[in-house]
Amino acid sequence: MMLINFLTKNSPVLIPILYLSMGLLIPVIAGGRRHRLAWPTIALVILIGLSISIFNIFAVIDAGKPIHYYMGEWVPPIGIEYVLDHLSAFVMFVLNVVAFLVIIHAKDIVRHEMPGKEVPYYGLISLMLAGFNGIVVTGDMFNLYVFLEICSLAVYGLIAAGEKKSLVASFRYLVMGTLGACFYLLGVGFLYLTAGSLNMADMKAIMPYIYNHPTTIIALAFMALGMALKMALFPLHGWLPDSYTHAPSTSSAIIAPTGTKVGSYVLIRILFFIFGIKFISEMLPVAHIIAWMGAIAIIYGSVVAIAQKELKRMLAYSSVAQVGYIGLGIGLANPLGLIGAVLHILNHAFMKACLFLVAGNLRFKIGHSMISKFNHSIRKRMPWTMAAFTIAALSMVGLPPMAGFFSKWYLVMGTIKNSNWIFLAVVLISSLLNAVYFFRVLEKVYMKPLNSGSPEESDENTKPTEVGLQMLVPTLVLAVGLIVIGLLNALIVKGILAYIVPLAGM
Amino acid sequence: MLNYTLGHYGYWFTLVLMMLGLYGMLLKNNLVKKLIGMTIFQVSIILFYVCSAVKWGGKVPVLDPVIGAADPSKYINPIQHTLMLTAIVVGVATTGVAFALVISIYKRYKTLDEVVLLERMKNDNDAD
Amino acid sequence: MIKRDENPILALGGRVISPFIMLFALYVIFHGHYSPGGGFQGGTMLAAAVLLVRLSAGSDMGELQFKKSWGTYLGAVGVLIYFGTGLVAMLWGGNYLNYEYLPLSFPANENRAWGILSIEIGVGLAVMGILAAIYDDLVEGEPNAWNA
Repeated sequence: MMLINFLTKNSPVLIPILYLSMGLLIPVIAGGRRHRLAWPTIALVILIGLSISIFNIFAVIDAGKPIHYYMGEWVPPIGIEYVLDHLSAFVMFVLNVVAFLVIIHAKDIVRHEMPGKEVPYYGLISLMLAGFNGIVVTGDMFNLYVFLEICSLAVYGLIAAGEKKSLVASFRYLVMGTLGACFYLLGVGFLYLTAGSLNMADMKAIMPYIYNHPTTIIALAFMALGMALKMALFPLHGWLPDSYTHAPSTSSAIIAPTGTKVGSYVLIRILFFIFGIKFISEMLPVAHIIAWMGAIAIIYGSVVAIAQKELKRMLAYSSVAQVGYIGLGIGLANPLGLIGAVLHILNHAFMKACLFLVAGNLRFKIGHSMISKFNHSIRKRMPWTMAAFTIAALSMVGLPPMAGFFSKWYLVMGTIKNSNWIFLAVVLISSLLNAVYFFRVLEKVYMKPLNSGSPEESDENTKPTEVGLQMLVPTLVLAVGLIVIGLLNALIVKGILAYIVPLAGM
Repeated sequence: MLNYTLGHYGYWFTLVLMMLGLYGMLLKNNLVKKLIGMTIFQVSIILFYVCSAVKWGGKVPVLDPVIGAADPSKYINPIQHTLMLTAIVVGVATTGVAFALVISIYKRYKTLDEVVLLERMKNDNDAD
Repeated sequence: MIKRDENPILALGGRVISPFIMLFALYVIFHGHYSPGGGFQGGTMLAAAVLLVRLSAGSDMGELQFKKSWGTYLGAVGVLIYFGTGLVAMLWGGNYLNYEYLPLSFPANENRAWGILSIEIGVGLAVMGILAAIYDDLVEGEPNAWNA
């Protein structure tokens, strides 16, 4: 009973401090000769984080309105507060569940790819999750910058752990990511100059008084630019393909579904919850610009993904396209578009995690993931992995009842409501382009008969050498989860996402 | 107009530093020079915040027994300084991580020049 | 790096000044709420005292003062002091980092002062440990007269 009281009272703050403290304690618990304890510790920690985030979702649905938590019991706007509303709880749940499934998959492949570096690697994963969860739950603009930098530094370390071309990719991401965070900080500085407060809810109340100031317009421009860079929206996506391709398999699998999503979450917060729809449509047409950048990103990402020879690089460019969907949904600035964007956060996280875990399985068993070298012996050797790949690919294309269809459906309805026929055409054509590059892989694996005569398809290559159960189960859970989320999407939208719309002021 | 422009000289310096930092990041080939450009950019933002905290006739925000605490307009705004302490720490940590990366890049590719580095990366078939 | 035999004045000067820098850094940490100062400033000065010996008198002299392996541990201990204060405040009934609920036997306002002091000490130790650790990691493996 005391535990439930403690949890209810302190729930918003527990997850960031849990991950932060564990990031420090993992090298202590698993130091020296006890390095085999590192993986069970991080798996247990993420499990605890996942259960607290599920508890948070039910607490928010119960309360019906946002839960505020004052750090040190200093009342805002003097103090820092943590706000748990439906959007925060939803994104926090998505982050934790994807992290949990990827960590279960990670044990053997981390030992295989980075021997001897497991303990600092898991510590960095814990710090990265602390940063992500802190970004999602905080209600103070400068506290968001601090958590943004915490997670970014951990991500630079995680990407560089591959020790080959990933070092240069991580360096490039470091320079660009710091630039983005500095732009965000400059925007917060301008906003503090005019408004005098750093609290998000307070800023929303002050915004009508500073509506006509040029400083507010500049602040919006800088903050949106910084967050677009973190989110890898079209012209600012240059760091993403190299980082996701050369990073170790687990790093890609845990960063790709979550890293750009927190950038989109911050963009939603800035545009809708702080500045409001009227400002972003009239004073500075940021919504329009972001919608166009999203649309161009969708086409560009899909077209360039078709040209890739390697699976992880193709998935990286596909991520650029999917972030374009979220950008389009944000830029439409109507309820259906927002619901489509937030639902796509969930769907894309599951889809990309499943696809990158499949790529990790392939690298573990076959040693490479070059599409040109795939042949149909894979479908005999790793049948379950390729089944998961097929489900995730169909979901990315947008076939019902898989989850990807429903977020595209909401986006299409949003574009119809605004009468943006060009965006409608973009979303529909992009499904076709997605089909092209995914079906290319499926054709190489599935579409040839088994005994068609060339020497490397002899019998001993077709013995099943599927990955072990520990790596297979998360892949399959994510794939089945896509079908489940697709079937239950009405429940998700009515139960959680519909409450975000009035909070966003629409 | 001239008074306004000259009075806000701190912000003009911020602009100059920011542009110098961007120039370093974009146009220099050496990795360490790019890092120096990034650091200059971060410092320009720190300068911006600190410039925005001053008031006419304000004193350092330490409680003065003569003036007392009754009138807050006699002290300059301490919030921006507090925020910039955090930003400086973040800059130090980023610089630490960046230098660790630069040293690892040098150990592997034996060069710090970006053009030569990209050439050697193309021939690096050991990686994927 | 300069060779130790060539510059005894620099080496001796660094070793003599370093304790005074540490003492002043301690003053800066403890007077953070009376005068300009606080955790981060004091921590940086402590790190400067450690790094001065390493730069002027060499890494083996620095090992005698502050071992290389202590850096990350001290950093972690500092952060855990910070986290621990907040956790104690949370477990004794208040919100996170609400120092009024710390189990010290002072009236409520003074509890807050002691809470802030412990936070500042944690931050100072963390900054010192991490800056020393960054320097040690960056010079590891460099050929040096005494760093082999």
